Amino acid sequence: MANTDLAETDLEFVTFSAGGQSFSIDIGQVREIRRWSPVTPLPHAPDEVLGVMNLRGSVIPIYDLAARFGLDRTPESSRNVVVIAMHGSQTVGLLVEAVSEILSVGRERIQETPDVRSDTARQTITGVITVDEGMTRVIDLAAVVQPRGKVAA
Amino acid sequence: MAPQSSIRDTFFEECEDLLEALAEGLAAMAGGARDTDTVNAVFRAVHSVKGGAGAFALTDLVAFAHRFETVLDAIRSGTLDLTPEVMHTMQRSADHLADLVEAARNEDVLAPDVSESFLANLDVCLGAEPEPFDMGDTPFDFAVIPLDFGNDPAPGAPAGHVIRFRPRQQLFANGHDPCLLIAAVHALGPCEVALDLSALPDWDGPDALTPGLGWTLRLETQESATVLQEIFEFVDGLCELDIVPLEDALVPATLPPAMAAPPPPPAPGPEVGSPAAYGAAKQDLAPGGESAEARGPKPTLRVDLDRVDRLINSVGELIINQAMIAQRLQDMALASDDDVSLHVEDYRLLARDIQEAVMAIRAQPVKPLFQRMSRILREAAEATGKSARLVTFGENTEVDKTVIERLADPLMHMIRNAVDHGLEGPEARRAAGKDGTGTIRLGAAHRSGSVIITIRDDGAGLNRPRILDIARRKGLVAPDADLADAEIDGLLFLPGFSTAASVSNLSGRGVGLDVVRNAVTALGGRISIASVPGQGTEFTISLPLTLAVMDGMVVSVAGQTMVVPITSILETIRPAPGDLHRVGTDDSLLSIRGRFIPTVDVARSLGFTDPSARADFPLLLLVEGENQSQCALVVDAVHDQRQVVIKGLDSNYGQVPGVSAATVLGDGQIALILDPDAIAAHRASPAATAVPRPSLFHPDVHHGQH
Repeated sequence: MANTDLAETDLEFVTFSAGGQSFSIDIGQVREIRRWSPVTPLPHAPDEVLGVMNLRGSVIPIYDLAARFGLDRTPESSRNVVVIAMHGSQTVGLLVEAVSEILSVGRERIQETPDVRSDTARQTITGVITVDEGMTRVIDLAAVVQPRGKVAA
Repeated sequence: MAPQSSIRDTFFEECEDLLEALAEGLAAMAGGARDTDTVNAVFRAVHSVKGGAGAFALTDLVAFAHRFETVLDAIRSGTLDLTPEVMHTMQRSADHLADLVEAARNEDVLAPDVSESFLANLDVCLGAEPEPFDMGDTPFDFAVIPLDFGNDPAPGAPAGHVIRFRPRQQLFANGHDPCLLIAAVHALGPCEVALDLSALPDWDGPDALTPGLGWTLRLETQESATVLQEIFEFVDGLCELDIVPLEDALVPATLPPAMAAPPPPPAPGPEVGSPAAYGAAKQDLAPGGESAEARGPKPTLRVDLDRVDRLINSVGELIINQAMIAQRLQDMALASDDDVSLHVEDYRLLARDIQEAVMAIRAQPVKPLFQRMSRILREAAEATGKSARLVTFGENTEVDKTVIERLADPLMHMIRNAVDHGLEGPEARRAAGKDGTGTIRLGAAHRSGSVIITIRDDGAGLNRPRILDIARRKGLVAPDADLADAEIDGLLFLPGFSTAASVSNLSGRGVGLDVVRNAVTALGGRISIASVPGQGTEFTISLPLTLAVMDGMVVSVAGQTMVVPITSILETIRPAPGDLHRVGTDDSLLSIRGRFIPTVDVARSLGFTDPSARADFPLLLLVEGENQSQCALVVDAVHDQRQVVIKGLDSNYGQVPGVSAATVLGDGQIALILDPDAIAAHRASPAATAVPRPSLFHPDVHHGQH
């Protein structure tokens, strides 16, 4: 019985590293993981929007997760991968340095985001989970891809 | 109650068709048509609505349709003259009927006094006491409708004949075979044959030679009775023959019990204008091609739009896939007569065919849209006390369904506008030597890959001094600005601009022509205006045929491949060194055929400022924005022209300034589709010149509050 209870409260996350930090996203939102391929840049786009790529005929915007959190843009590397994730009916790609693992944790292990100074972090990270060597940040996909303010006209 | 509700849905779908037929018939009558076919078609439409409504116990609808029908009957029988007043009442009643149907569909109830006033108007037509109406007997009261259909039945009725045939002895004596005759009848269409044994003589009786067999043939056909009579010509006088139209025969009472036809198949009656019944009229062989074509709708299939869209998406992928394969082959540098190349070329043609066919599924005639406008016109005319008529042409022009849907509101507004602002009052018109009734012409036509919609009134034309005056007062133009006529006309499209001297019931709703223009632009179309003082104003809307593909010019901008819609490109220019003239630090003008046209650096306008990617010899694309304002876009190179599948950016990302959509190129990469209007308008963003003229047509400009 205890096992069943545990299973019900267990949450699964895909964790990955971006800008040298560990982030994670609910596995239910992840559609697939793809190799990086060149994108078409969008005009007047914020820094973290690298451009759009073709995913089987759909036009998908690719966000540089590191840049989204104010870190340096992810350097080009053959190890880079794109996490294709869905938020509602919106499909987006997140460029990360590498996907680490799939994490299965009980709900109680997710801690609220401690009071940090960065607005971005407060708005886009819903919690943190301690893992062996440190912690991973659970991101709120909706907040990450939300257009910030008005783009330059 | 799923089955019930689906029958109900079918009823309302049919109502749409019936109301359309009604509007069409009334429009023909208003245009002077008095033939029985037209009047019958109108009558039948109302009657069918009533019949269906009765089955669903939609009391209001039935009561109104009944009264409407009574008036139409009086017109049909000639006891009521179709005066302009009566005609007006008929049209308004048709509008009200549509409202009632809509209310019934939404399970709303209209305010009873509204119906009362319409009913009263109908009674005035009859000039009689209001007719008592008993709902109780309606639902199943499918009384005989004595319509003279001749050989040209109205849609909704199964056409055909009931033939009662009883050979006499002489027929057999002459060597005729009833079987062959029946076969000949059968050849004309679906036919039910019933054997009538009632007159069979007593086998033991003395007169075994008297034939006892008779047949009742129920034939569905478009052929006239004459054709049938020809079949039986050779047995004329040798048999008892009785040919009656199927219509009449449907009423059992007219059949002698002994000869009763087999029960008609489910719901063939005129009361339920089933799709099958529409289909039956398809092979209308009646002479006079056009009217037959107009009246006999082709068989159609109602398909869930999602299915069509899924198909369209897949076909889009197919086209892209084909382009990719073609490009790979090209890279492999195969001989051009290589088998594979030839097959891929076939593939390309096939894919195009499929695409065109699939696109055609979404295409619909603009007719229903135009018909709705005649109602808008009537209401507008009533509200303003003006007299106006709508003349439509090109109603069968087909346009993408989405385009039609999204065009409804702008068009409605423009019709109101034309009545409210365009037409003069009757006195003013007569004083100007015109017909007191204004005419608004609404038309559609295909022109080189676009649909052109024109709305033209024969009113007073634009009052340009007044427009300019208002624009100056509202601070929309500089007081000393000297504008050309076309530019003054263009002021009407500025947000918040309204020339109505008084706020009428129609205007003053905060909807201006700028909204119309935005709606048209959002569809990838353009709107322009032309006006001749004293003769009227014409709006021209140019729209793409479909929202899914378009012809584009593939260009390079700052190292990126992009697509510019062909429709907006007037020409491509490779400027000679002396053709470009710098103005200040950033702007330059192109001199072409003695005119100076502003240029816009596309790369800079998009914020791509990679100097290394700058071409030494840029090319110019001359584009025309709204209101004939021209501008030259600077690009690095022009590659080729091709059809591209439009992919929206909105669903996964959002709007991008200067970019209307994206497409997938042959190599799988995404190319952005530029919006030349937005880029051209962008030129005059805040930092730009103090001259207000170029910015006049920018949708984002808000000079001052109004």
